Amino acid sequence: MAIGETAPDAGMSDAVPVREGLFTDTAPLRLLGSRCEVCGRHHFPRQDTCPYCAAEGASPVELSGSGRLWSWTTVTTAPPGYRGDVPYGFGVVELPEGLRVVTRLTESDPARLSAGQAMELVVIPVGLAVDDEGGGRPVVTYAFAPEQR
Amino acid sequence: MSGVDIAGVGIHPFGRFEDRTVTDMGVTAVRAALAEAGLDKGGFQAAFCATAYGGVASGHKVLSRIGMTGMPIVDVEAGCASGGAALMLGAGAIRAGAYDTVLVFGVEKMPKGMIRSSFFEPWQEESGLAATPAYFALRAQRLMQDSGVTKDHLARVVVKNRRHGVHNPDAMFRSEVDAQAVLGSRVVCEPLHLWMLCSPNEGAAAVVLRRAGAGRDGHTTHDTTRLVHLAAAVLRSHLPGSVLNESTPMSGLVDEPVPAPSTLAATAAYEEAGIGPEDLDVVECQDTDAARELLSYEELGLCAPGGAAALSDEGATVVGGRIPVNPSGGLLSKGEPLGASALGQVVTLVHQLRGDAGHNQVDGARVALAHTVGRGANASVVVLTR
Repeated sequence: MAIGETAPDAGMSDAVPVREGLFTDTAPLRLLGSRCEVCGRHHFPRQDTCPYCAAEGASPVELSGSGRLWSWTTVTTAPPGYRGDVPYGFGVVELPEGLRVVTRLTESDPARLSAGQAMELVVIPVGLAVDDEGGGRPVVTYAFAPEQR
Repeated sequence: MSGVDIAGVGIHPFGRFEDRTVTDMGVTAVRAALAEAGLDKGGFQAAFCATAYGGVASGHKVLSRIGMTGMPIVDVEAGCASGGAALMLGAGAIRAGAYDTVLVFGVEKMPKGMIRSSFFEPWQEESGLAATPAYFALRAQRLMQDSGVTKDHLARVVVKNRRHGVHNPDAMFRSEVDAQAVLGSRVVCEPLHLWMLCSPNEGAAAVVLRRAGAGRDGHTTHDTTRLVHLAAAVLRSHLPGSVLNESTPMSGLVDEPVPAPSTLAATAAYEEAGIGPEDLDVVECQDTDAARELLSYEELGLCAPGGAAALSDEGATVVGGRIPVNPSGGLLSKGEPLGASALGQVVTLVHQLRGDAGHNQVDGARVALAHTVGRGANASVVVLTR
């Protein structure tokens, strides 16, 4: 399957997240992180125990769908366990919550990316979840795309 | 770490050996180290075997083959720093008074191609996030943005290490390359080209540790003038917060800079050895990729933060320079058999301190540092003195 890209609110209602708990169950989809009630730091993916201060009971939070590009590269050879197309973009995006998130990028040409560039969350298919009738629902993961002006 | 000496070292060359098992290679390295230490059967009271991909009871298989079992044999996995972890455990046990003589060895036969690591979860693999070289590339990218490092600097690290490696009979790649050829090799993950990345491969290395001044049970073949002192063997893991540290997290923090695991290990090792980076005569550091070597200069304190490009430009890190780095040729020449690589560094630095390093001998070397860092995160720093 070609790697398309789709805004988190553009259909994909039957999509299956590649990992349970990766996204909020809202529309549009957002990344689900957590925030420590004791030290105030954010985490992604969501976890109950704060990795910084070891406090329990971090609250789930919806993370911003917009951020700034901090580092980027291109994956040219399919890594282990990945069945989609190459090349694809790969990078780190800074979110307003003070988080840097490792992410797929929809732009695979490094020359078309720059530090501090505005990026937005999108959902991309990475495979098909086949059901008992032989039908398929898209399995999706998160990525960031250069923001459309 | 007062009171632990290196009584013998041995190595099986690093490369690809279709006709040899990981056990075969371990036997070669262990026999060589034991012979140097003047030991035969029963001469050590414990063994630590470093390996990441060797599988169940790798150490037992090597020592069973040569009829030396009965003592505790412990396999140790700490990613690229596995050998450093085994060395820390062996030295610590001697220092604690548990043993007089400990065998520490590392063996590896790495899978070919991009390494599949059980470290990543299935969802990360399926999402294309298990792309190990891409994480190296993101780190390289930031180094270039945050300091004066250019792609030319990356290429020159490869040129330097491959030039050193020509004279290392245990290295996998023994030919020189020029910067143009490095930059002409295929881009794996921008800015990293193929020749800027080390090759996972196969090999083994072994070290015999002995309590300083310990009796040798009549093993008179041992030559005490060749003793090298293990001044520190430190392992550290990461602190959370840095998105690009070797623990390969999915996120980190924008603010709150945290010390890198290599810095944590180096700081502790310098303190333990009672030295500072200015006292070092020769260094072997983790050059998984060319940028990783430059970053190591900063993390080990060989230069100030942001000073790696200048240190390289100055020519300080070539053999003959102020602080030669990777005179063995580094992983870029030797390849990286995870379990064996840290101990391979120790073997080469013991040769340096004995004055036996041949063409790439650093004149008068008396203080040496070995550094590995990788997934976990695990970082090891070993200080050797003569």
